[in-house]
Amino acid sequence: MKRLIDFKNFTKGIWKENPVLYLMLGLCPLLAISGSVSDSIGMGIAFTFVLVCSNIIISLIRRFVPAHVRIPVFIVIIATFVTITDYSVAAFSPQLHKNLGVFLPLIVVNCIVLGRAEAFASKNNVINSFLDGLGMGIGFTIIIVFMAVIREGIGNGTIMGRPVFPENYKPFLFMILPPGAFLVIGFLIALKNTIEGRRKC
Amino acid sequence: MLNEQNLFLIFLSAFLVNNILLIKFLGLCSFFGISSDIKASVGMGLAVIFVMVMACSVSWVVYHYILAPFHLEFLRTLTFILTIASLVQFEEIFIRKKAPALYKSLGIYLPLITTNCAILGVAFLGIDYKLTFIQNLLYSFGASCGYCLSILLFAGIREKLSTAPIPENLKGIPIAFITASLMSLAFLGFKGLFKL
Repeated sequence: MKRLIDFKNFTKGIWKENPVLYLMLGLCPLLAISGSVSDSIGMGIAFTFVLVCSNIIISLIRRFVPAHVRIPVFIVIIATFVTITDYSVAAFSPQLHKNLGVFLPLIVVNCIVLGRAEAFASKNNVINSFLDGLGMGIGFTIIIVFMAVIREGIGNGTIMGRPVFPENYKPFLFMILPPGAFLVIGFLIALKNTIEGRRKC
Repeated sequence: MLNEQNLFLIFLSAFLVNNILLIKFLGLCSFFGISSDIKASVGMGLAVIFVMVMACSVSWVVYHYILAPFHLEFLRTLTFILTIASLVQFEEIFIRKKAPALYKSLGIYLPLITTNCAILGVAFLGIDYKLTFIQNLLYSFGASCGYCLSILLFAGIREKLSTAPIPENLKGIPIAFITASLMSLAFLGFKGLFKL
């Protein structure tokens, strides 16, 4: 039975249906940005903001949008919020805007946002859509920050610019470079498979 | 920085040195989604070349002749995504009518491409680098050829992987990522090809 407010919609995004590990969506910003912890936090917040706002609006108008033009309508709504985010970040933190580069406007084609709009927000009420968007956004943020901690920690010896290893630690540059991103996400998904496999047994 | 280079270097840089999949991380969803099958990868690669060159040229014209004169640059994201979506729709109809055989092999990939961040990303990058029209054309052609090359190589490797002995928990997607990591490392080697 469908309840009016279901907190499972919030928690499922964080682990069980984590957009990155389970659904394998939204990989591009995840891999590109996770070389630095502070950039990752910025990306996570921007992403969550877009996801929550577009989920709310789409859920509000879901009864008025004809089924066969829904995708363009969703895209226009998402693009509006992405533009708002893009210009706000540029105004408040030009450095972050420069670091995120092309990946900030590219949230608009991120599969997670459109996927949640299509699969969830267009079928559920506002509060559940809000919770779903928040959960998915936080799930994404946790993974990207976790990856950034590993990559920046090993690859540069720092976390958010502060050194975390003894002074004689030699940074393993590989982790900061593009191949490191693929390697870390590969092992993260393997780790998730292992944990899920154990639970089933 | 890019606009002082000659055209061949722009092509080569987009094709190998700054490979959009393995170095710039654009268009990864389709890269991992489709590459388990060589035939599908060929179709996707060709469809990307076809769409990317057209989409980037059209969005370059839209940006420089419609948005910039009216100071509407902030509508960039919105216009580009709509331009590309309608262009892909149009191409789909056109191919279905004119070349049914081609449609059969490319058709299903065309809608997927609309939400492929590689297309939109390269369109944005062409604007950000302040390329001229011809440079933009070569840049998008190089980038899409790079996409085609790496998805083909990757599909070939994955086909071999499917019969290789791999630990249970690494099977499928995780080992694909680790393979991509090694390929990306190989592509980093092209950085020494010439100085940008």
